[in-house]
Amino acid sequence: MEETLNKNIKTEISVKNLNLHYGEFHALKNITMDIPEHEITALIGPSGCGKSTFMKTLNRMNDLEQGVKIDGTVLLDGVDIYKTMDAIELRKRVGMVFQQPNPFPKSIFENVVYGPRINGIRNKEKLMEICERSLKQAAIWDELKDRLNKSALGLSGGQQQRLCIARTLAVEPEVILMDEPTSALDPISTGKIEELAMQLKKDYTIVIVTHNMQQATRISDNTAFFLLGEMVEYGKTDDVFANPKDERTERYITGRFG
Amino acid sequence: MESGKETNRNTKITKSYYFRKEYLGRGFATGCGIFIIVLTFAIGIFLLVRGTGTFTKFHHSIAEFLFSADWSPVDTAQGSGGGVGAAIFIVGSLLTCGLALAMITPFALGAAVFMTEIAPKAGEKIFRPAVEIFVGIPSVVYGWIGLTVLVPFIRDVFHAKMGGYSVLAASIVLAVMIFPTITTVAADAIRSTPDSCRKAGYGLGSTRWQVIYRIVIPASKNGIFTGIILGLARAFGEALAVAMVIGKTKSFPKNLLSPTSNLTAEIAADMGNTASGGEANMALWSMALLLFLISMLFIFLIHLISGSGKKKEKD
Repeated sequence: MEETLNKNIKTEISVKNLNLHYGEFHALKNITMDIPEHEITALIGPSGCGKSTFMKTLNRMNDLEQGVKIDGTVLLDGVDIYKTMDAIELRKRVGMVFQQPNPFPKSIFENVVYGPRINGIRNKEKLMEICERSLKQAAIWDELKDRLNKSALGLSGGQQQRLCIARTLAVEPEVILMDEPTSALDPISTGKIEELAMQLKKDYTIVIVTHNMQQATRISDNTAFFLLGEMVEYGKTDDVFANPKDERTERYITGRFG
Repeated sequence: MESGKETNRNTKITKSYYFRKEYLGRGFATGCGIFIIVLTFAIGIFLLVRGTGTFTKFHHSIAEFLFSADWSPVDTAQGSGGGVGAAIFIVGSLLTCGLALAMITPFALGAAVFMTEIAPKAGEKIFRPAVEIFVGIPSVVYGWIGLTVLVPFIRDVFHAKMGGYSVLAASIVLAVMIFPTITTVAADAIRSTPDSCRKAGYGLGSTRWQVIYRIVIPASKNGIFTGIILGLARAFGEALAVAMVIGKTKSFPKNLLSPTSNLTAEIAADMGNTASGGEANMALWSMALLLFLISMLFIFLIHLISGSGKKKEKD
C-alpha cells in the first residue's frame, strides 16, 4: 500500500505495527502507515472503526483514558513518541482540533494566547503579535479583530471552530490533527474550514478524521479506510476513490454499508 | 397508537377530573410557595419594626450604633439614656469571620481541586461523603470540641490570658465549620467544567496542573466565589460555637489571643434576660436586624455573581 504514495515527499509520521487494546477489546489491529509532510491525510470509515482512536494515538490523547494499552511504534520525524518523547512536548508539536468547537470560557485573545502563555511567553506585545498572526492564518482576523476582549463563547459555531484552529496554530505545531472538525457545523462554515485546511497544508501536516466522503475527496491528498480496527486500504485519495483495491473499501465508498 | 386512542376516548374530561388531576396538585404547590414567601416577608418586616426601635423610639443615631463602643443600654421597660454602641460586637464578627475565611479558603479550594481533579474516584467515594458528614455535625459539638481541645491548647502554647478564650479560638472553630460548605460548592463548580475544555488544554500541551489552574479554576470561579460567600454567611450567622470559645467580654480584642464578643454571641447571651420593649431589648433587635441585612447582602452578592456569569456567556 505504501508504494502508492509519492516517494519524493518526506514522511512526517511513521506508524509501524500499532496495536491498541481497550481492556480486552482489540481496537486497532496492526496498523502500519506513513503520513507524508505538508499533505492532508483523511481517515475514513464507519462509526466505531477506530479512526478517531487511531488519530489520538498520534498525539497520545489516549494516555488520558484508562485501560488503554498500546504497542508498536509511532515515529515523529524519526523519533519514537511513546518511548523517547514526553507527551506534553509531543502535544505541542502535534496539535489537535476537536469535533465540537471547545473554546475556553475566556476572551478571544486569551483563547489564542493560551498555548504561548503556558510556554512561558509573558510579553504583551509578543502575545498580541502571535494572536494576530494566528487569527490571520485561521482566516478569521477580520471578523474578530474588533472584539478580541469579548468572550469566545459568544461566537457562532463556525467562528468558534476557526478560533480553536487559531489557538492550535499559536503553539506552532508541525502536525494538526482534526477530529471531524465540521460535523457540528453548517455547510457554509464547513466550506470555510475546508478551505482553511487546504491553505494550512503549505505549512503543516494535516490528518483529518471525517464521516463525510465528499469532504475527503475535496480536500485530502491521501485517504486511509478503516474498518473494525483494521486499516483496510491506504493510498492517494484519487486512487482510493476511483479504483479501490479492496472490495470492502468499494462497498463503503459506494454507500453500500456504514 | 390504536390503544392510545382507545384510552383517550374512554376518559371523560369532566370538571372533577380536572380538579383531581390538575388543580389539586397545582393549588397545593402554589399555596406552599405563597406561604413561604409570606413567611419570609413577615420575618423581614417584624425584624425591621423591632430593629428600628432603637433609632425611632429611643432616638439613638445609626452612627452611634455602628461605631460607638459604649454598650450600656438601660434594661427596663421604659428607661432610656444608655449607650447602644455595638462596635465591639460588629468588629468581633467581622474579625472572626474574616480570619476564618482567610485561614480556610486555600485549604477548602485545595481540597475541592483534590477531590474532583486529582483523585476523583477517592473523592467521590470517600472524601465527598466525609465532607458532607462535616456539614451535618451540630454546631454545639464543634463548640464543645473547641472548648475542650482548642482553648486549653491556646492557653498552654501561647500562655494567653483569659485561659485561651480568644479571637483565634473562635476563628479556628468557624474555619472548621465553614470548610465543608466552601469545599462542596467549589467542588460542584469545578466538576461542572466541561470535559471538552480540559481536553482542549491537554491537546495544547498543558500539564495536568496547568489545566487545573489556568482552565478549570478560572472557568469555575463564579461557583467558587459563591461557595466562599455561602461559607462567610454561615460564619456570620453562627452563634453557639463561637459563644462557647470567644470569651464574651465586652471589649475590643487587643490581639488574636485576647477575648472579645460578637453579634450572635451577644444576642444569644442576653436575649432572654432583657425587659421586652426596653432599650437593651431593642438594641439586641437592632443587632439581629443588622445580621439579617448582612445575610441579605451576601445573597445579593451571590445573585450578582451568578448573574454576571450568565451575561458573560451570552456576550
